[in-house]
Amino acid sequence: MSLDTAMVRRIASLARIRLEEEEVGRMQAELNGILGWIEQLQAVPTEGVEPMAGGSPLPAAGGMRMRADEVTEGGIAEKVLANAPDRIGDYFAVPKVVE
Amino acid sequence: MSTTTTYTIEGRTGPWELVIGLEVHAQVISRAKLFSGAATAFGAGPNTQVSFIDAGFPGMLPVINRECVAQAVRTGLGLKAQINLWSRFDRKNYFYADLPQGYQISQYAHPIVGRGAVEIELADGTTKIIGITRLHLEQDAGKSLHDQHPAKSFIDLNRSGVALMEIVSEPDMRSPEEAGAYLAKLRQIMRYLGTCDGNMDEGSLRADVNVSVRRPGEGYRTRCEVKNVNSIRFVMQAVEAEARRQIEVWEEGGEVEQETRLFDTVRGATRSMRSKEEAHDYRYFPDPDLPPLVLDAAWVEELRAGLPELPDARRARYIRDFGLSPYDAQVLTAEKETALYYETVAKGRDPKLAANWVMGDLFAALNRTKRTIEDPPVRAEHLGALLDLMRDGTLSGKLAKEVFEAMVESGKSPGAIVEERGLRQVTDTGAIERAVEAVLAANADKVAEYRAGKEKLFGFFVGQVMKAMQGKGNPALVNEALKRRLA
Repeated sequence: MSLDTAMVRRIASLARIRLEEEEVGRMQAELNGILGWIEQLQAVPTEGVEPMAGGSPLPAAGGMRMRADEVTEGGIAEKVLANAPDRIGDYFAVPKVVE
Repeated sequence: MSTTTTYTIEGRTGPWELVIGLEVHAQVISRAKLFSGAATAFGAGPNTQVSFIDAGFPGMLPVINRECVAQAVRTGLGLKAQINLWSRFDRKNYFYADLPQGYQISQYAHPIVGRGAVEIELADGTTKIIGITRLHLEQDAGKSLHDQHPAKSFIDLNRSGVALMEIVSEPDMRSPEEAGAYLAKLRQIMRYLGTCDGNMDEGSLRADVNVSVRRPGEGYRTRCEVKNVNSIRFVMQAVEAEARRQIEVWEEGGEVEQETRLFDTVRGATRSMRSKEEAHDYRYFPDPDLPPLVLDAAWVEELRAGLPELPDARRARYIRDFGLSPYDAQVLTAEKETALYYETVAKGRDPKLAANWVMGDLFAALNRTKRTIEDPPVRAEHLGALLDLMRDGTLSGKLAKEVFEAMVESGKSPGAIVEERGLRQVTDTGAIERAVEAVLAANADKVAEYRAGKEKLFGFFVGQVMKAMQGKGNPALVNEALKRRLA
């Protein structure tokens, strides 16, 4: 599988990354390089091997840990808002987005 | 069991059938959020119930709330669905100001609940099975307020990360009524289970409605999705409006395009939501922060054993054990709170009499006082005590109504009201006989007429005696005394 420049532009747009025209070719080459590595991995025989859901083989160990249904966090509006580029009162303020 | 005639909308060129499927988002009842320890309560100050996880801060790791998982399993069991002991969370990627992570943690390829079924009841008395495709757990987004400022939208992340169940139906519904009945039934089941409060005004339950139309006998045509409809009535209206729009497109030789639309409740019409089209590529992939969700079969069985009686079973029990009509059983089991109230009143008493009082006098009192069954003007125990006072002869039916009204006014027990007002029914035969004597003596002419054969005057004598006794005479004893005296 290899990506054409239109697909590279689409991926960038979906990820909200601005690509200058001259960057498209370089990005295409890098992404296709990564896909080449993946193709190499796919050559490994995996017949009869249980697929993994993520980076760890935890199903055998009982899956993810769970927390109790207790309120242990919150009440830190100031900290949550501290990095906001803009705020009004205790709300984040963003350019108007209306359907 | 199923409807015999298919609902159609008549176009210019003939009849059209509707095909409807619903994706319902139900907010899980839990104290804390799906992957963080922040609170879920509605109505708190902006951004006060937000952890660093909910705000999408870097380096934070989500840990799932066990109760949210239990709630999803309970709901799955209530929908008679398959529970998947192995499920997985994926990232659904899109950008929006109220989604700080830049992705929603959801379950795409491996949901926690698989196929199930819901039985709906329709106005004509028929029932229909609607298939459930799946139920999965996911995070809610924050809330955007667009009307607070001319150039800015305000973002409150209190809802960000709250657990949602997305319940997807098969495209099994064929009319606005069926779509409405299905949503109402889901809401009822979840309220019985205590897994979602079903409060549509606060957004706890909202539906995406998929609609397509077709000629009778055809396969499926292109569907459109009407997003975020927030009442049962609006779901029914949106289905009809969207179906009529599509019929017009097809009949004018056009082609319905698959798209996301919004229902404008003021205009009663749907409109295109163009901004969503580009974003439809969600690039799902397994969330690397989360191992698979593996459930212990014994825990699922424990949850199954702890399920409350569901509405269908309860309705059947009322008909079978209490001898109620299907209609009365339906009304009394519609809400769990109503059923609990009724059962308290009916316990150890005549179930039909209890049903009449709850559905008649109590419901009227709720309407009049604008109160709810959760906060009734008359407690269930007090209404039960009133029925006891009728059974032991302390109160006649007429006096009981009077006492009930006093109970609505004061919230007091019927015993207290009877004592206070001296309403106790007179069963002293001496007093009754004295009243009978007085009435007959004062109406000698009517007595003569009665004896000459005008028997309907008996009712007049009863009325006069009751009046003389301020309504407190025991009706049976009054009748008896009159009959004896006039014989």
